[in-house]
Amino acid sequence: MASLNLLILVCLGYVVLLFLVAFAADRFAAQGAGARWLRSPLVYTLSLSIYCTAWTFYGAVGYAARSGLEFVTIYLGPSLVMMAWWWGLRKLVRVGRSQRVTSIADLISSRYGKSNLLAIGVTVLAVIGVTPYIALQLQSITLSFSIFAEADPNGTYSAERSVFWVAAGLAVFAILFGTRNLDANERHHGVVTAVALEAVVKLVALVAVGIFVVWGLAGGIGATLDRIDASKIGQWQVESGRWATITFLSAAAFLCLPRMFQVMVVENVDERHLRIASWAFPLYLLIMSLFVVPIAAVGLDIMPEGANPDLFVLTVPLSQGQETLAMLSFLGGFSSATSMVIVAAMALSTMVSNHIVMPIWLNSREGGASVSGDVRNVVLMARRISIAVVMAFGYFYYTLSGGGAALAAIGLVSFGGIAQILPAMLGGLFWRGATRTGALAGLTVGFGLWVYTMLLPNLGGGVMPQIWLTEGPLGIGWLRPTALFGIEGLDPTVHAVLWSMGLNTLFFCAASLVSFPSPLERLQGAQFVNVFEHSAGPRGWTGSVAQSEDLMIMSQRILGGEEARALFLREARRQGARGHLPDPTPGFLERLERELSGSVGAAAAHAMIGQIVGGSSVSVEDLWAVADETAQMLEYSNQLEAKSDELSRTAKKLRDANEKLTHISLQKDAFLSQVSHELRTPMTSIRAFSEILRDTDGLADEDKTRYAAIIHGEAQRLTRLLDDLLDLSVLESGQVSLNTGAGNLGDVLDHSVSTALAGWDTPLQVQRRRTDEDVPLETDLDRLAQVFINLIANAQKYCDAERPGLQIVVQQTPDFLHVDFVDNGSGIPEDAQQMVFEKFARVSTEKAGGAGLGLAICREIMQRLGGDVSYLRGRGGGAFRVSLPAALSLAAQ
Amino acid sequence: MSRRVVLIEDEPNIIEAIRFLLTRDGWQVETHSDGADAVEVIRAANPDLVILDVMLPGKNGMDILKDLREIEGFETLPVLMLTARGQAKDREMAEKAGVSRFMTKPFSNAEVMDAVRDLHAQASQQ
Repeated sequence: MASLNLLILVCLGYVVLLFLVAFAADRFAAQGAGARWLRSPLVYTLSLSIYCTAWTFYGAVGYAARSGLEFVTIYLGPSLVMMAWWWGLRKLVRVGRSQRVTSIADLISSRYGKSNLLAIGVTVLAVIGVTPYIALQLQSITLSFSIFAEADPNGTYSAERSVFWVAAGLAVFAILFGTRNLDANERHHGVVTAVALEAVVKLVALVAVGIFVVWGLAGGIGATLDRIDASKIGQWQVESGRWATITFLSAAAFLCLPRMFQVMVVENVDERHLRIASWAFPLYLLIMSLFVVPIAAVGLDIMPEGANPDLFVLTVPLSQGQETLAMLSFLGGFSSATSMVIVAAMALSTMVSNHIVMPIWLNSREGGASVSGDVRNVVLMARRISIAVVMAFGYFYYTLSGGGAALAAIGLVSFGGIAQILPAMLGGLFWRGATRTGALAGLTVGFGLWVYTMLLPNLGGGVMPQIWLTEGPLGIGWLRPTALFGIEGLDPTVHAVLWSMGLNTLFFCAASLVSFPSPLERLQGAQFVNVFEHSAGPRGWTGSVAQSEDLMIMSQRILGGEEARALFLREARRQGARGHLPDPTPGFLERLERELSGSVGAAAAHAMIGQIVGGSSVSVEDLWAVADETAQMLEYSNQLEAKSDELSRTAKKLRDANEKLTHISLQKDAFLSQVSHELRTPMTSIRAFSEILRDTDGLADEDKTRYAAIIHGEAQRLTRLLDDLLDLSVLESGQVSLNTGAGNLGDVLDHSVSTALAGWDTPLQVQRRRTDEDVPLETDLDRLAQVFINLIANAQKYCDAERPGLQIVVQQTPDFLHVDFVDNGSGIPEDAQQMVFEKFARVSTEKAGGAGLGLAICREIMQRLGGDVSYLRGRGGGAFRVSLPAALSLAAQ
Repeated sequence: MSRRVVLIEDEPNIIEAIRFLLTRDGWQVETHSDGADAVEVIRAANPDLVILDVMLPGKNGMDILKDLREIEGFETLPVLMLTARGQAKDREMAEKAGVSRFMTKPFSNAEVMDAVRDLHAQASQQ
């Protein structure tokens, strides 16, 4: 037989293990390591199993032994909620996350305009409702201890003393676990991980006992089924009223129990986990319930008459000498109790300290808290004291109720009380018309009726005079707690739930309809009911990104879409974030606030950012409305600004156009003036000599001939000038059509040289290398020849060497074909080298044959052909290079 | 006493035409086709009349006229300006610079000779 000391040792060892797990998980969470595992849906699902307390671990078997299959309802309620109402849970989780809710009291209070009265009410209700539940855990641990103690021959075991120490131990345990530090989000990775571990222990223990019972004792599945049929479990009738009621109660409790809310909503790190939990958690419950009936049936069969069926899970293995199995089973029960107590105490202490202790403490201090460390210590102390008080309540409830009631009965009382929160919660989530007054009315009525019809009658022990139950208070029959308004014959639980929940819902709806919500309530109502329209999808469910999105939306309204996006993108790049949303780091928030304050003023900007990041009492929607108004004004002023911008842009365009026109006009004037000069000059000679010829008698014949020749020459000069002008005009306007043909560079040069030098008495010596000139061309050969002729003629006209000579050099590069024309004269002075390509540019007046348009035309032609003509410096004499793109020459190769 | 004229012009054919006309009318003609040293040439020749082109290499006719009017004894020397740029502002500039007569090319021979005789007569009367 295991000694009690060994048992205590095992318990302590187990607790130390839990501590280590919790501590490690906290460390990992803080370092960000192993975050994927800590935040996995598996841990989330397992943590939900704190729904299975010692009541379900031990009590289900007892329940089955007493009431047959009714125990299934306890599993049915939550399973239905998880499977069929998954979307509703998602909304609850979304609201909880987006509103940064820390507890169910916080949720209700937040929904109904941050009403502290409601928060206190829910907290009180929760404390009173959960107290029997905690007493239940104390009872189960004490009972399981006593089983081992009774079996220990040396033990001096006292149930009274042990229950106190168990309560104290659990309190210390919960304090150490739950209030080691303060987390802004009220998240406890360590605790959740430890709870998940305990969930595994529970399951393994119960399944192990079940397997032992079915295959070790009963002798297989068939034999077990026979035993079940033989036992009275098989004869229990299913009572539909109780079934429906208890299924409803367990479903309601699953949603409203503070500890469930804690793990399901507050500790939820990813909304998507719900999807997996929606089937995984019912599966867990199914496995938990699988062996309940076999254990109950076999227990009833083999255990002596009068043995407590609540403890069959322990006593059956013990009676068979399976000490290790019994020890495992004990640990399973211990796990169930401790995990429930820790989380429940944590959740309750959060509520008590946030909604009762802190407001009182803050009010008692003039001017509020000034030192944050101060507040921190006070909060932690308030939590610790709250846990102690909650545990003390549980202890007193246990001693008061005498510890006699069956586990399941106590559990149902608790469920009934907690379920009173349901109408206010669901109404708040789905009905915008729900008001604070309605919630208060419903809660008060429901709570009162629950206390009167369920809690007090179940306390027994003289808390409620016995005569009330039979005759009604003051002898008024229709006030009997178990037969209100004369409705008799109902099961007490069904009766109590029907009345309390029914009137609760009725009052909640009625009072909501006749009362008017405050603006804050209205806004919060919209936020809750339309949470999916306002908050980010599952992707944004790490809190920080959701905040960034809110910040982004707000900034867009204030700064304008593009500017806000640019600002956020810049910041995201700066942070090295992959998406387009930066993390809301303090630095970024400060910059954003500065940016926003430029638009809406410092106070408004601070309030807006504070709202989204810090959570003040004004809703996001409210601020959006403000932002919208500001944005409208801004847009208006932006429009004005845009208009004025546009005007000044147009004005500038006009100015530019005008300048351009003026410039063109000046150029045109200069050009016309030049043209006029160039035309008038030959005309002057023509007129003068023609008048001389006309008016002068007796001119010598040779003079006549000479003067006629001058007139002829000048007339030709005029024609050339007009030809050049027309040519240039066509080239410049781009209307020239190129007459592309294939040919050979050498041939073009031959033609050009002979044309350019024709008619000169002393043509210059042209030096060529024919071998280099054998280049096929594909271009406008006539135009190219025109350029060559012009250059050769220029050399002929202007080369001032004693024996004028011209060298034509052909070079090919990958990109260009160069044809250089280099004469042996003195060349063009440096300051005139660029000018020569301008219109009417002439370096020297002597021997001027043209109007100075030749090189301008050459340049135009070459640019049309895709090449260029340029002056080459440092080649000794005047040197021009004609460049053709290689493509034009090589294309023909 | 022979009448002397200095012709500053850079177009060979025009020089020949004007030289023919003036010589026939009994003028002694000295020509020069570079603007740069035209003032010195005129000063040295000290003629009865100057015929001046505007578009000249080296220095344009307007500047030559201005500089000439600065020189003592040349303030009222008759200067006939012949230019192929006959715009109103050119005429204005020329008058400002102190031109005696402004004519645009192409000109009629008779007009030029009338102007030359007219200018010479005015100068002789003073």
